Amino acid sequence: MSQVRLLVGTRKGAFILTSDGKRQDWQVSGPHFAGWEVYHVKGSPVDPNRLYASQSSSWFGQVMQRSNDAGATWEAVGNKFAYEGHTGTHQWYDGTPHPWEFKRVWHLEPSLSDPDTVYAGVEDAAMFRSTDAGTTWQELTGLRNHGTGAQWMPGAGGMGLHTIVIDPTNHQRIFIAISAAGAFRTEDGGQSWTPITKGLVSDFMPNPTAEVGHCVHRIAQHPAKPNTLFMQKHWHVMRTDNSGDQWTKVSGNLPTDFGFVIDVHAHAPETIYVVPIKSDSLHFPPDGKLTVYRSKTGGNEWEALTKGLPQRDCYVNVLREAMAIDQLDDKGECGIYFGTTGGQVYFSPDGGDSWSAIVRDLPAVLSVEVQTLA
Amino acid sequence: MVNVTVVMPYHLRNLAKVTGDVQLEVCEPVTTRAILDALEVRFPTLLGTVRDQVSGERRAFLRFFACQQDVSFESVDAPLPEAVACGAEPFMIVGAIAGG
Repeated sequence: MSQVRLLVGTRKGAFILTSDGKRQDWQVSGPHFAGWEVYHVKGSPVDPNRLYASQSSSWFGQVMQRSNDAGATWEAVGNKFAYEGHTGTHQWYDGTPHPWEFKRVWHLEPSLSDPDTVYAGVEDAAMFRSTDAGTTWQELTGLRNHGTGAQWMPGAGGMGLHTIVIDPTNHQRIFIAISAAGAFRTEDGGQSWTPITKGLVSDFMPNPTAEVGHCVHRIAQHPAKPNTLFMQKHWHVMRTDNSGDQWTKVSGNLPTDFGFVIDVHAHAPETIYVVPIKSDSLHFPPDGKLTVYRSKTGGNEWEALTKGLPQRDCYVNVLREAMAIDQLDDKGECGIYFGTTGGQVYFSPDGGDSWSAIVRDLPAVLSVEVQTLA
Repeated sequence: MVNVTVVMPYHLRNLAKVTGDVQLEVCEPVTTRAILDALEVRFPTLLGTVRDQVSGERRAFLRFFACQQDVSFESVDAPLPEAVACGAEPFMIVGAIAGG
């Protein structure tokens, strides 16, 4: 019997939601690390009981947690993230140089082949890797020393590296995104990096088509089409079919193309999902109606999915890490999940046609991951 | 070595898996640095949570008190009051009061 396990990071701890393959009855465990911000929890695809969690606090800094039993127990592991060499400066909000300072881990991406190897995307933006299950962390210096670092600047939430996508057909190829530096690709496991921003246009930048400085919010990939990536940028929904060498705008008929999340259907590589947000000044759904938009054509043609979602007086946000898709196959459809800053976690069993809330009153949701278990 | 009492905020007690004040054996002279060194040896999960592991700096939202005096801005190598060194008064790690 299949199972699904949702790993939910919130402003006040982590929660683990489990159900059988029917996904009708859910058990809620948590809060784990109560009172702490949990930016991200993710499991190893090699060993699903191996979980990694990023626990942080303005008071006490960064703590890293590891579980070997699917979150029943946790062990604090290494939390020393030391930038290698001369750290240099990036741009501050006012354009002045600002020294690189580690603040927190935004994203954890376990290796696709080794449960003891995990990548961490951090603020101020850099990429670290552990090969000993989180005991020690080493910076992959090629990214921060790419040569454009002095031009990077923080988004409103900080200068975080928040997206790490490992190509399932070539684990040396990794895509990352930083707010607000843009997107980069490595072909050699993180030793060297190339900006992949051609085709991106960001009107808030002095040069809207500059190589770096774009505020990329999220990148998603379907494993069957690893050269195709979908991006939710600060504004604009984009796609590339050549691994980021060229991006094309596919916002089409969306009511607004500002947003944070984007994800791809598990069994239909051209079916993608976004949650449009009114604007960068108004971080809530247009007209107070929480709506997921689905495109079955890889963008441009979008349909509104509203059944079961609040269609009045709803002013929550859906943050960049807060959408996930399971691998179950019910007549061709997978399960889709997203969490809101209002503490709801919504679920669709039918590819987005209908939605219901699994939980309604968690702390603000920062991240949602799902594990599909045999 | 002398016994020093350390009072920690809720979240640090949780991380250290203790429920109350902590008794630490500390090398003399008893200083802030000596106490924090002993604390981190006894409870490795507190590494980086009171002072930054790279810079060694006190976290900005934490203060250190000894005998009702704020010693946060004293040298970490300055001897602490005798009352702390002899265990009569605790060394207190206090989190900034902030809601939300």
